[in-house]
Amino acid sequence: MIKLCHIHKFFGANEVLKDVNLTVNEGEKLVIIGPSGSGKSTTVRCMNGLELPTSGQVFVNGIELTKKNRTELVRSTSSMVFQQFNLYPHLNVLGNLTMAPIKLFGKSRKEAEELAYHYLEVVGLSEKALVYPTTLSGGQQQRVAIARALCSQTKIILFDEPTSALDPETVQEVLNVMVKLASESITMVIVTHEMGFAREVADRVIFMDNGTILEEGTPEHFFLNPIHDRTKQFLGKILY
Amino acid sequence: MIEQILSYESWMAFFKDWTLFAQAFGVTVMVSVLALLLALALGVVFGVMSTSHHALPRFIARGYVETLQNTPLVLQAYVFYLALPYIGVMIGQISVGIYAVGIYHGAYIAEVVRAGIQSIPKGQAEAAASQGFTYVQTMRWIILPQTIKIILPPLVNQMVNLIKNTSVIALIGGTDLMNRTNDWATTGECIYGPPFLVCGILYFLLCFPLATWGRNYEERLKRRDIQSTDKPAATEEAAS
Repeated sequence: MIKLCHIHKFFGANEVLKDVNLTVNEGEKLVIIGPSGSGKSTTVRCMNGLELPTSGQVFVNGIELTKKNRTELVRSTSSMVFQQFNLYPHLNVLGNLTMAPIKLFGKSRKEAEELAYHYLEVVGLSEKALVYPTTLSGGQQQRVAIARALCSQTKIILFDEPTSALDPETVQEVLNVMVKLASESITMVIVTHEMGFAREVADRVIFMDNGTILEEGTPEHFFLNPIHDRTKQFLGKILY
Repeated sequence: MIEQILSYESWMAFFKDWTLFAQAFGVTVMVSVLALLLALALGVVFGVMSTSHHALPRFIARGYVETLQNTPLVLQAYVFYLALPYIGVMIGQISVGIYAVGIYHGAYIAEVVRAGIQSIPKGQAEAAASQGFTYVQTMRWIILPQTIKIILPPLVNQMVNLIKNTSVIALIGGTDLMNRTNDWATTGECIYGPPFLVCGILYFLLCFPLATWGRNYEERLKRRDIQSTDKPAATEEAAS
């Protein structure tokens, strides 16, 4: 579904990704963990062209993602949920959800609104359709952002630290929605620090450190028998 | 001049020709409206160009803005009026005025639009890109609508300046309010007081309500922003 081949990424002189190779299979729930600055977010952002690799290739559904085709390729294949939600503040919740279906996918307003209400129900916010994002709590905003991603009806959803900007109290409501999605056939790539969640939903966990993939495996292998000392050290700190 | 303002005869002489002034006032209003439309169109196009990722549109926009901002409007008006016939373009003084003032203020409005676009958080464009919106679609539906409330106060400022600057037409002989006033006052009996006083009042009546509206709008906006930053906390409390 997504394939990263020998990805190197420089920000100025700083090499944030060093020869990253990764394949995400259809329907897979892939969780990427690692310390800050390890290149997790950059890796996910390479998958939808928000970052273009300095060298190496990205394939989505077998098609190479390039500067030229990224808008169209991404439109039909993936959506993203951001750490800072990034809802459109000038539109109400319904407007946020229906914009892409109407403007990009040629749906009628009625179809788009039906779709929006359906996914608002999935994230448990049907009653908030007509309010503006700034009046919602962080957790609610992130659930709206997930509904917005679902409205594009793409097979892949990328999550870039979806709960890192939330109050501890509202983290769970967002994770619950994501667990619910994980039972469906959507391919999910999730950058997170929520280890309990990772254990519950992941088919595969990847540990990144210093721009490389250091270790990968099933959650059982990963949390119970990590091989690398660096992984053990990281898990030791985070799982106290 | 004071004597003339207090003299009944000079006012009677002035009012006898009031239709001349009314007509010239109409010309000034028309020039203002058309120049403003031109300036807005240029401002949005060049403002968007100056935030482009590509160097060429940025370079062109910079060239336009710097050239127009760093040479006098009067010079530009003369160049339009005197140089255009040499390349076979014959347009009247009023049209020259509309183009000169519109193009001049377009440069200032481009800077206002650029600043507005740059004040929108980067996450907005990223969210749009992750949904598959093109650059132009992102500007049209997501970024520019959000800039309106930010750029409106400085934009109103530009509108007021533009209205006053239409008086440059007087220099190239177009019959706008300024030109008619000067013409009337310096012909025959040389009655300066009443026409210049009324001329000033008429410009004031155009500009003052606009400037006041702009200032009030900005105040309202500030108050609303204070309220909306209070709001999320309030809803969270209500929810818990």
